Amino acid sequence: MKQDVILAGVGGQGILSIAFVIDNAALKESLNFKQAEVHGMAQRGGAVQSHLRLSDSSIYSDLIPKGKADMILSVEPLETLRYLEYLAPEGLIITSQSPYENIPDYPDRDKVINQVRKVNEARLIDSLKLARKAGSAKTQNMVMLGAASRHLIIKEKNLLRFIQVLFESRGRSLVDMNIQAFYLGQEAVKT
Amino acid sequence: MKSEILLGDEAVGLGAIHAGLYKAYSYPGTPASEIMEYLIKASQKRKNFHASWCVNEKVAYEEALGVSFAGRRSLVSMKHVGLNVAADPFMNSAVTGTNGGLVVAVADDPSMHSSQNEQDSRYYAHFAQVFCFEPSNPQEAYEMTRKAFDISEKTNVPVMVRLVTRLSHSRSRVQPYPSQKPDSIQYGKWEDWTLLPVNARRRFKILVEKQPNLVELSNRSEFNSLTLNKKNSQLGIITSGIAYNYVLENYLQNNAIPSLLKIGAYPLPANLIQDLVRQVETLLIVEEGYPFIEKNLRGQFGISGKKIKGKLSGDLPLTGELSPDLVRKALEMPPYSTHFLEDSPLASRPPKLCQGCPHADTFHALNEVLRSRSGANVFSDIGCYTLGALPPYNAVHTCVCMGASVSMAKGGADAGVDPSIAVIGDSTFAHSGITPLLDAARVKANMTVIILDNEVVAMTGGQPTFASGEELDRIARGVGVEEKHIRVITPLPKNKEKNIRVMKEEIDYKGLSVIIASRECVQEARKRKKKRG
Ligand SMILES: Cc1ncc(C[n+]2csc(CCOP(=O)(O)OP(=O)(O)O)c2C)c(N)n1
Ligand code: SF4
Repeated sequence: MKQDVILAGVGGQGILSIAFVIDNAALKESLNFKQAEVHGMAQRGGAVQSHLRLSDSSIYSDLIPKGKADMILSVEPLETLRYLEYLAPEGLIITSQSPYENIPDYPDRDKVINQVRKVNEARLIDSLKLARKAGSAKTQNMVMLGAASRHLIIKEKNLLRFIQVLFESRGRSLVDMNIQAFYLGQEAVKT
Repeated sequence: MKSEILLGDEAVGLGAIHAGLYKAYSYPGTPASEIMEYLIKASQKRKNFHASWCVNEKVAYEEALGVSFAGRRSLVSMKHVGLNVAADPFMNSAVTGTNGGLVVAVADDPSMHSSQNEQDSRYYAHFAQVFCFEPSNPQEAYEMTRKAFDISEKTNVPVMVRLVTRLSHSRSRVQPYPSQKPDSIQYGKWEDWTLLPVNARRRFKILVEKQPNLVELSNRSEFNSLTLNKKNSQLGIITSGIAYNYVLENYLQNNAIPSLLKIGAYPLPANLIQDLVRQVETLLIVEEGYPFIEKNLRGQFGISGKKIKGKLSGDLPLTGELSPDLVRKALEMPPYSTHFLEDSPLASRPPKLCQGCPHADTFHALNEVLRSRSGANVFSDIGCYTLGALPPYNAVHTCVCMGASVSMAKGGADAGVDPSIAVIGDSTFAHSGITPLLDAARVKANMTVIILDNEVVAMTGGQPTFASGEELDRIARGVGVEEKHIRVITPLPKNKEKNIRVMKEEIDYKGLSVIIASRECVQEARKRKKKRG
């Protein structure tokens, strides 16, 4: 059993928080994992990506080989396209459809979405709308984690447990908001 | 003991703590910063060791050396170019020798994710003739760092732990084992530590004579392992550090791994290499960074009767970091099928100055002033403000190494550049901008230094700065800049006209001026508010 996931988004969208939750849940389930991330310059509105590998046997490379990712989980549609070559032919895309336009040459939105749709197994989520419904646009990352939750080889209860751990120090209401965001994302995939 | 989730950097930190670390020092720099960040956090809980940021890497190294002299264990960490700054004490500490274990953790940045070059620190370890470890995962980073302290005390030389970005910032499970306590104080012998020629000659001879012993330690190290495949006399692979992972990845579904030498400790384990070379016809060298192993193996003339493949032969690229895909190609395996982007290239999303960044206001004002001054040159430095080189600012013209803005502006002024302007951040100024300002002040060089004081080391994640606000003013006065030509501005849109006036006056002054542009980094202000709740 193994699962290789590319996490993607823009600096500030909380990609590493998604990774934190999955990493800790994996440790809890005694799965091996490796998670390579980018720090430094990319913090200021630049592209951010993380290679997350889960397996019940040994994991070697910190980077996922091109064509081997089982899933691209992305909080931004243009960022999804950036890592397409990592996706396995039968791989799954779970992406936000809400663009983050902080560059002058952001391509036509419909073009971006259409390219994503060309991949058979693509699920597009209106993460911005759902995050606002949960209480804050900042919870888009947890909406997306929720959307991916049924497809991850990690148990939902462990994901929820570490969402709790992640936000606990900042108050009950923030925990609840993020958990609601998680559930809204999860439901959006079903319908 | 409970296992933990750690970055490669953090595993180095934990390894040092468990080895009985007494004191750790560092100057920030991606991808090494998380070593010290982890240690500082841990020291607030444990209290039996100390960890602190220093003003620059040379200072950090020398402080660590002082701890070693006193017989206690110390760690100094930095990014690869930081070792250029600390090269003087590093080279000489191999000659004095160490007393308490001294470990220098250096993180290289192949592909230059956030650096000016991709220099390979293994050359420095080789140059100084010291032992060096190269981990391939966080678990090894932990174990090797612990071992490094023992080896340093056993061989009396500093020991390097060489990391690369992909390991520094790769997270996985680390299984620690019981820790040991810091040693008590025990002074070094002055005649070993005083490098007068009479002592230095004796000490250098000792260092040179140690070398066969270091090679023997490397031959026997548990981190160098040779696995022979007697059925395959064709290919043998030598690999090290993170590159080992990329090799193994390509043999996951394939049991027929060729003979493989994994190198995790240097100097190169000569015996193991010989054993492998005897066995095979072709050697493939897979290493992250410069072709260090490959060059050593090949020498000037190669090995007669053997083919050596690697970066020098063109089987792997000489620049940029490796990947499982590049290694796959070098192994002559077909690429996996995948998806392709139809509309490429994709619009890129480069980092840029944050909305509301104080540097942006300074650049807008400066650009306005320089519009009417042809022949101006803005020598810049390293920090968030280097992004001022890109549109929409296009405000700065150089970025070489920390502190170079001030010295290059002095050189520029000497050569007739007018106006000659330096822009430098507060942390970079403290790191290595003060000495060149002293140099410029001695001759009242015709130049203007703008210190971008955002009260923090922003670029590397918000570490504390050593001089800000009033302190910068006092430093400028102290090195001899005339008081009336030290000006303070607040870079805000509403102050633009005022700031332009100040800049004009000082740039027009035919002598040395310092303008301190003070306003807190907006990211930092945000973090502070969040903490307060
Ligand atoms: C010798 C060396 N050490 C460390 C670094 C990493 N580094 C790049 S910029 C920087 C400091 C930036 O701080 P500051 O000058 O205050 O500018 P800011 O980013 O806050 O605008 C550091 C530590 C480096 N490039 N070279
Ligand atoms: S982190 Fe601070 S200094 Fe850097 S760009 Fe953002 S606001 Fe400016």
